[in-house]
Amino acid sequence: MTDFLAKQRALGLKKSERGTEESPFIKWTLIAIALAFCLVFLLLPLVNVFVQALAKGWTFYWNSLTHPDSWAAIRLTLLVAGICVPLNTVFGLAAAWAIAKFRFRGKSVLITLIDLPFSVSPVVAGLMFVVLFGLQGFFGKWLAAHDLKIIFAVPGIVLATVFITFPFVARELIPVMQATGTEQEQAALTLGANGWQTFWHVTLPSVKWGLIYGMILCNARAMGEFGAVSVVSGHITGQTDTMPLRVEKLYNEYNAPAAFAIASLLALLALFTLAIKTLLEWRQQREYQKAQKELIAR
Amino acid sequence: MSIELRNVGKRFGEVDAVHNVSFSVKEGELMALLGPSGGGKTTVLRMIAGLEMPTTGDLFIRGQRVNDLSVQQRNIGFVFQNYALFKSMNVHKNVAFGLNIKKWQRAEVKARVAELLKLFGLEGLERRFPHQLSGGQRQRVAIARALAPKPSVLLLDEPFGAVDAKIRQELREWLVTLHTELSVTTIFVTHDQEEALEVANRIVIFSRGVLEQVGTPREVYEHPANEFVARFIGVMNVLEPEVRNGVARIGELEFPAHGEPEGQKLRIGFRPYAVQISGELTQYRYHATLRRTFFLGVMLRVELELPSGLVVRARMSKEEYAHQGLEDGKEVSFQIRQYRVLARERGALAPETEFRYRQPPSIAENI
Repeated sequence: MTDFLAKQRALGLKKSERGTEESPFIKWTLIAIALAFCLVFLLLPLVNVFVQALAKGWTFYWNSLTHPDSWAAIRLTLLVAGICVPLNTVFGLAAAWAIAKFRFRGKSVLITLIDLPFSVSPVVAGLMFVVLFGLQGFFGKWLAAHDLKIIFAVPGIVLATVFITFPFVARELIPVMQATGTEQEQAALTLGANGWQTFWHVTLPSVKWGLIYGMILCNARAMGEFGAVSVVSGHITGQTDTMPLRVEKLYNEYNAPAAFAIASLLALLALFTLAIKTLLEWRQQREYQKAQKELIAR
Repeated sequence: MSIELRNVGKRFGEVDAVHNVSFSVKEGELMALLGPSGGGKTTVLRMIAGLEMPTTGDLFIRGQRVNDLSVQQRNIGFVFQNYALFKSMNVHKNVAFGLNIKKWQRAEVKARVAELLKLFGLEGLERRFPHQLSGGQRQRVAIARALAPKPSVLLLDEPFGAVDAKIRQELREWLVTLHTELSVTTIFVTHDQEEALEVANRIVIFSRGVLEQVGTPREVYEHPANEFVARFIGVMNVLEPEVRNGVARIGELEFPAHGEPEGQKLRIGFRPYAVQISGELTQYRYHATLRRTFFLGVMLRVELELPSGLVVRARMSKEEYAHQGLEDGKEVSFQIRQYRVLARERGALAPETEFRYRQPPSIAENI
């Protein structure tokens, strides 16, 4: 009996070796709460999406995806993301560069502006563009006269999505660039490099991971955006429906399995994004640990 | 003349960072820009590099006025305080960067990088990334990278600031050796006077953006141009005696002051090595208590406290200390062999006055 107690005590001591560690009870309760929450609110719905999507079998699933209107929605979503991500990568790089590497008046205003799409409701963002470019809008008459269509057409969807996804790349890059500072760039200059060479060979590689991560997040949001796009798209089946809009439409038409089929594609995209993100973080971590080990070895 | 500054000044907004500085650096010299932090020395270095543009004055490199030349056109090698190695490139690519930018042939680049890595003892580290190198290795890579494109001048900003004390000593010696081998004109910035004295051929001393003195280590140490230099280079005892009856007195100490007006306060300075101490109380004129002994390696620094409370710092060898039978708390006698009357701030210094005693000075001169 005493042996057993001693053993217990020894085990207990081992568990709280570090004075700052909480007791095992608190630790496991917290972990349990977090896990339960993830399970109920994240994992179950996600599994449900796939279950529902495949409720009528693989053939139905495949047919739902390849239905001309759904296929059009998938293509439109890819097109919008294909335009938004490069645009916002360039914008994000420029904004982050300006904020991290220069001192100028109105810098805090610029930072606030970059965050604006996060703080404005997507619906309001969509309405903003309607007010600007809609038929009754500010430029409406001029656009109509020149036979240009922005609202209820692809350009409007692209505009709204660019607006919504603008902060992602910049937000990821600003801290990375601030941490890197300007010394490496200055070193490149003293070695004879011009601005472009410096950017290409020094700046870009040093922010590579942050940039890729920002682009992934930007892409995920560009494909998944609903609110703003819904306002400006006009919901013309086969023309201005993106994947999220198509999901809503099918669902409202009581075609739940087809809606879930498209939804599962979006969910897959999200999982794929997460996987890449995890891979990136893991690779960075490994590079860091390898370096640490080699330092210690010497 | 490799580098020349004529009346160069730099303002950052309202701040006069560098004020009307003129000096020149000869071909092949190893020059130190020395001063306390905020003295403007790094700004001067960055202006020579072209990383900062002077507000006033002219800058010449090898006779050519370079004020309007960009960093890229000046053909300088710059080593940053934290080395600023390209983190995403390995050692080989870091060193080759300047050569690739200048479009050297591939074979030439390879040969030049190999040559530099061999010279710098970095062979075998070609594939390492900066974060896999030690502090000393990083610094050598940074210098190799700066030297690779054969610059006309090498500029180093606080080259020994970011490494620990032991490596710092090695690096100092290594830099001197390297400079002797390559004889490329080199300017480095430091706030450590010992470092400047040890490494440089000549020293430029700054304080608050103003050039205080230019000279060889020996010149600035033995003939400081003003009180700032005198106090900044090495340790100095500074006292403010008052003139009474032709003698300047403070506590027990007396200094001759012929022709000085009565009641005038003088500033007197003397180096710790100019204080001679004896264990024999009858040997010298002044008496004091040896309050504390500081161990500095071969040399010792001692603090003497006079009965009036005045404290005088002295420096001596371990052998001398033992020979005199000194220890903390012991009563000793001492004399001041050499001293200077320090004029008011930025004024010229009077030549050193030597007390004439019967005994020849027994303490080594060149400490």
